[in-house]
Amino acid sequence: MSERYDSLIIGGGHNGLVCAATLAQAGQQVLVLEAREQVGGAAVTEEFAPGFKVSSCAHLLYQLHPQVVTDLKLKDHGLTFVNPDLATIAIGSDGDFLRLHGPEIWGDLPEGELAAYQALRQRLLKMAAALRPLLTMPPPRLGTAGTADRHGLLKMGWTLRKMGQSQLRDFLRIAGMNVADLLEDELSASLLKGALAWDGVVGSHAGPRSPGTVLSYLYRLTGQVDNRQGAIAQPVGGMGTVTRAMLEACQAAGVTVQANAPVGQIKVQNDRACGVVLTDGREIRANAVISNADPRHTFLDLLGARHLDTGFVTRIRRLRAKGNVSKLHLALDGTPSFTGLSARDLAGRLLISPSIDYLEEAFNPAKYGEFSRSPAMEITLPSLQDASLAPGGKQVLSATLCYTPYALKGGWEVMRERLADQVIDQLELYAPGIKAQVIDREILTPRDLEMRFGMAGGHWHHAEMAIDQLLMMRPVPGAAQYATPVAGLYLCGAGSHPGGGVMGVAGMNAAHTILNDKG
Amino acid sequence: MKHYDVIIIGAGHNGLTCACYLARAGLDVLVLERNDYIGGAAVSRELYPGWTYSNCSYVCSLLRPEIIRDLELPRHGLQVTPYEGGTTLTRDGDYLASFGDHDIHRREIARHNARDAEAYELYSTELKRQCRFIKPLLLRTPPDPTSFKPRDIKELLYLGKRFGDLGEAQMYETLRFWSMSISDFLDEYFESDLLKAHLAGSGIIGTALGPCSPGSAYVLLHHYMGEVDGNIGAWGFARGGMGAITQAMARSLQGHGGEILMSAGVEQVLVENDRAVGVCLQNGDEYRGRMVISNMDAKRTFLKALDPQHLPDDFLKIVERFKIRGSSGKLNIALDGLPDFPALPKDNPSLSINLHFTDSIERMERAYDDWKRGTWSKDPYLDCLIPTLIDPTMAPPGKHYMTVFVQYAPPYLANGESWDGPNREAFGQTVIDQISEHSPNFRDLILHAEVRSPWDLENEVGLTEGNIFQGELTMDQLLFNRPVPGFAQYRTPVKNLYLCGSSAHPGGGVMGAPGANAAREVMRDLGVRGPAAMAGLRG
Repeated sequence: MSERYDSLIIGGGHNGLVCAATLAQAGQQVLVLEAREQVGGAAVTEEFAPGFKVSSCAHLLYQLHPQVVTDLKLKDHGLTFVNPDLATIAIGSDGDFLRLHGPEIWGDLPEGELAAYQALRQRLLKMAAALRPLLTMPPPRLGTAGTADRHGLLKMGWTLRKMGQSQLRDFLRIAGMNVADLLEDELSASLLKGALAWDGVVGSHAGPRSPGTVLSYLYRLTGQVDNRQGAIAQPVGGMGTVTRAMLEACQAAGVTVQANAPVGQIKVQNDRACGVVLTDGREIRANAVISNADPRHTFLDLLGARHLDTGFVTRIRRLRAKGNVSKLHLALDGTPSFTGLSARDLAGRLLISPSIDYLEEAFNPAKYGEFSRSPAMEITLPSLQDASLAPGGKQVLSATLCYTPYALKGGWEVMRERLADQVIDQLELYAPGIKAQVIDREILTPRDLEMRFGMAGGHWHHAEMAIDQLLMMRPVPGAAQYATPVAGLYLCGAGSHPGGGVMGVAGMNAAHTILNDKG
Repeated sequence: MKHYDVIIIGAGHNGLTCACYLARAGLDVLVLERNDYIGGAAVSRELYPGWTYSNCSYVCSLLRPEIIRDLELPRHGLQVTPYEGGTTLTRDGDYLASFGDHDIHRREIARHNARDAEAYELYSTELKRQCRFIKPLLLRTPPDPTSFKPRDIKELLYLGKRFGDLGEAQMYETLRFWSMSISDFLDEYFESDLLKAHLAGSGIIGTALGPCSPGSAYVLLHHYMGEVDGNIGAWGFARGGMGAITQAMARSLQGHGGEILMSAGVEQVLVENDRAVGVCLQNGDEYRGRMVISNMDAKRTFLKALDPQHLPDDFLKIVERFKIRGSSGKLNIALDGLPDFPALPKDNPSLSINLHFTDSIERMERAYDDWKRGTWSKDPYLDCLIPTLIDPTMAPPGKHYMTVFVQYAPPYLANGESWDGPNREAFGQTVIDQISEHSPNFRDLILHAEVRSPWDLENEVGLTEGNIFQGELTMDQLLFNRPVPGFAQYRTPVKNLYLCGSSAHPGGGVMGAPGANAAREVMRDLGVRGPAAMAGLRG
């Protein structure tokens, strides 16, 4: 006799956990199956060298939705921050740097630049705040006669209209623009523009001159930490603490969580998903099967194309998920010294993206399957303020690298270590002596991220965040309302609206949809 | 001093189209042209004795058939001859050609990849669907989605209904299509890189985007939605060069009493009591009219021909930010004979009417990378045509004229270098070298070559930064955003001043739609009804 649940969730990433907790809080019997030995998906803290721990994929928190924090009582379950509002240090090529914190900037700027920056920041933050309600609205399906869809469409339209005429006009114009043009229209300092552009492109297959990057920037700015919009937080104990708190919330709500339980197949009976088969052959039944895995893996590997019509399968196959981000983790013998930066600065988020052109040149090779000679990067030294991450006196450096395409010419097996060497050489330019401080290192290419976290294409967001893959088209039409063409099967991951970024909203929206379906 | 009903600044194809419609509605129209010839960027010029160059725009397809009929252009001398399609020559000595005949075309694609030949049917069906959706929008005034005016709401509902009528699947395809890159779009259909490159060219022509930039699929559509004699997507040559189009328009205008004054560059639009009342020429002459319509681009109209005090700050700010970066250059070449392309079969000369030499998307995208760096492409994408294979009037017997559109060339070169001198020389040489790679006798046949940089287009025709569309065709500058949100209905913040050029919806190409649309709005404001039979005025 096999076990039976109301809802079964494939994958204990942050969205899976949020979905599970929300369902269990509503009284459902919920099971989460996690393939790895620990839950957390891409928001985990792991040991990469003896005694050294790091947030191995996402390493900073921007977007965790306040409703998720409240509903799951994450603060009560241990979510605390080393710093809920990190400064960003934009590092230039010749020892110059800017320190950005909230609306303030310290460093050399041309006259009038600070005011221009503050005006632009205010304009974009306001716009992002006006768009925020869209995140928690399940997107309507187009072209149906259903009243819920019509209602959803009107609600969406109304959210936009509510922005007021001048803001809506501004939004409709800049939404299709590239972030480079927008920044160049308003600002003049290269270092500042380069740093801001980073937030518009990181994680996607887009350079600052690719149209649509203003939209990704706005998406990023919808995020808030402790009511500070646009803030960047470092959780105590790394990103694993976020999902650890979610796990506790799940357990408090009565969710059963099984680790080391990789799912091999989604079972379909009478055209309805009725459970899963684990790779060890164990069968578990449930009324609803909810996948936190990416759409491609869910539909093509776990479900199988035979249960879907060809048009839908084609759409899934066409889903673009070209991962471009690698992570470099260094175990350091001591605190590195970055030219010109104070100890306080080192505890911030360091950006090496000194100009828009630099970032665009870093992107160009990715189009041809090559990695950047001079990648742009986001660096944190999390152990500086969090002793739990490294042995006494030692430090951890975590760097997010752009751009390193998933489908690399020559293959990652050969090039992986070469990339690490090259990046360390590059770091040496900014932090002389750092090379000698390296005790151990780990490099995770998009290929490795795919293997470790099961993200198709090694893409952070499970699918590219491009206009044609957003809202009612995310991941593909026909599966954009969390329900899928197969009854009883749902999606709840970053591949669904509103997308990735350790936000938890996809999981929350999916849970609400499922609860509504049950009526 | 005569007081006109309407004064139009610029005798480009849109200015003339607008003028023709207004004259046919019985209005007194004066068109002022800065050059000592009319036509704007649709001209035929003898720059080398015996040769007629279409030295700016060079092929005809987008000109709306409604306009051709309404203005009776064929009666006034316009003849458009279609050609079959283009040929892409590869570096390894092969080629891929487009044919008008469906079966031959299919066989040609199958010669390279059998599955692609199957997929091509789906691809062209999809493109035609997209065309069918967008075409009726070209001759309509875009509604303002932020307005609550009955007219805007009515038009939005009309568009909503048309969109809804597409059905679920097609609605999504349309939304996707408008925002995708041409490279991603082609990847969904085809395997052969050669075929993808062959088709992608139209997605980048005239645009500061690469084939991998989101939004380039729309640009492809923009080039595909034309027709010749009802054949959708077909291209043709205006007999006698592109000037034949504007000459026919001028005759049509004069037939209805309109006047054209050449060598009459406008210095400033005269504004009194916040209304445009006329213009002042560079020579000091003044002309007055009830309405002033500018065929110049938005930057030139608002930033050069108007005193900024007449415009609100917010408006000016967006005009200053209007993206109008040029991305192309051109060569016009007089040839002593027909160049030999050994890769092409000898029995079908029509294969060399329209040639391309970029055989992969990567080469095309790398050409764009050069533009981003502020240099002209070292391995550019060429749209190379020999109109004299069809239209012998453009060169002496036995001789030929070749027009080469070159993508990409930025208006501003890195390090502030000048386009004049060695750069222009080297730019022309790069193009000639690429063609010579495929044609051993090409170089020796050159009698004369005119090399045009983006600045030549600005200086000669007045297109700011040499942008052939009077403003980039990206999402932020299409439909209700073109050229300025809230001012996409051909009116401007200055009363009685209108735009009728490609800076307005639906944008560039020798289409005439902005001119017709502007005429309709002006007539509406004047309370004049045009001849009811005119399809171009119905929208």
